[in-house]
Amino acid sequence: MDIVTRGFSGRRIAANIKLPSGQYLTTNFPVLSAGPTPKVPLDQWELAIDEGNRVLRRWDWKAFRDLPAEAIRVDLHCVTRWSKLGTTWQGVSLDTLFRDLKTNASYAMVHSYSDYTTNLPLKDLMEKQAWIAFRFDGRDLAAEHGGPARLLVPHLYLWKSAKWVRGITLMQQDKPGFWEALGYHNYGDPWREQRYQGD
Amino acid sequence: MWRVGKVVALRDETSSARTIAFKVPDWPGHLAGQHVDMRLTAPDGYSAVRSYSIASAPDPESRVEITVERLPDGEVSPYLTQELAVDDQLELRGPIGGWFVWRTQQTEHVQLIAGGSGIVPLMAMIRSRASAGSTAPFRLLYSVREPGAVLYRDELQAISDCDHSVNLTYAYTRAAPKDWPRPPGRIDAALIATKTWPSYLVPTCYVCGPTPFVESAASLLSESGHSSERIRTERFGPTGDQR
Repeated sequence: MDIVTRGFSGRRIAANIKLPSGQYLTTNFPVLSAGPTPKVPLDQWELAIDEGNRVLRRWDWKAFRDLPAEAIRVDLHCVTRWSKLGTTWQGVSLDTLFRDLKTNASYAMVHSYSDYTTNLPLKDLMEKQAWIAFRFDGRDLAAEHGGPARLLVPHLYLWKSAKWVRGITLMQQDKPGFWEALGYHNYGDPWREQRYQGD
Repeated sequence: MWRVGKVVALRDETSSARTIAFKVPDWPGHLAGQHVDMRLTAPDGYSAVRSYSIASAPDPESRVEITVERLPDGEVSPYLTQELAVDDQLELRGPIGGWFVWRTQQTEHVQLIAGGSGIVPLMAMIRSRASAGSTAPFRLLYSVREPGAVLYRDELQAISDCDHSVNLTYAYTRAAPKDWPRPPGRIDAALIATKTWPSYLVPTCYVCGPTPFVESAASLLSESGHSSERIRTERFGPTGDQR
């Protein structure tokens, strides 16, 4: 039931740019976080994959950076309605981190150094859909954008791309993360406009 | 679910900021600190959606107020601050957000730190506290460019005059009034140490403003002993047109 707002014309973008519904284009890189930016010294940084009480894999910064990394060029869509196109990153594919790992889990909870959490189906982290990124736009990833390293899952709204990532817990059953428990959508596909619970 | 909101009042707060009051039938109510999505639709069907912090306390009459700062290159804020008139309609969805909120049942000390128009959701908390008759001890540290850019000045003064458990400190960054005790400058550790609740009182801290401001203020709070789970932040910009 769209109603017309008298006198509003708005600013159109070029017809060849396609954005998910309800998004607008920005060339900046806004920051949204629920709390202070944690400072994680590289000599204390580690990343782990666990099954709750059992650690399956663990990397310190050096071991992580020795893994093969790739250049990534992706569009970002934030639930607060900005989209940023063609961003360039460098990171390690989750396919690399999970190589030959046997699990019958279907879900993952991603944890941050800030105690932030977000949940995803495990299959959304596989098949060249997700990375642990440590460089953005040719530079080391700034702390306010999630450095030293953040998850990057660009096919979902950006709150799923946890900043300051420190671990991934594999789960048999799904559980809501931080924003998912506060009214945001459990899955968060921008192309289906899954912003809030019930969308 | 989108609801139609009708503009019932407009109030200029400064030369670049305007408060817009909407009547929204069936508004489900909100908590102080939450925001609302607003959809503006042109005659050809093109629409733009933006998120704005709610400025008003929860209101049984389904009235919702936002305060919009005009950004010269914005797509939506020049329209909202210059064109929109009483009786115009647009669509609202919300309220949204369950983290950066203050509930009237909270009795602990509260430290609010605002940078510029970051005052808006914090003002909703101050108003909500007043309308609920809460006695939670509040302090506001409000960093603002210059005296002419202060939002809600008279109302803030009136609230802190008649209720001494709301304490107000302005920190001017570019130009201060004559005889102001502190030279213009950003919030620093000395100001945090003297004008905000000490960490041993375990206040809940709400910090809202532009990203660099929030980064700096939240770090200063951490460094002065507040644990990170007591510090809630809301950052905006620079996207050209966020709030």
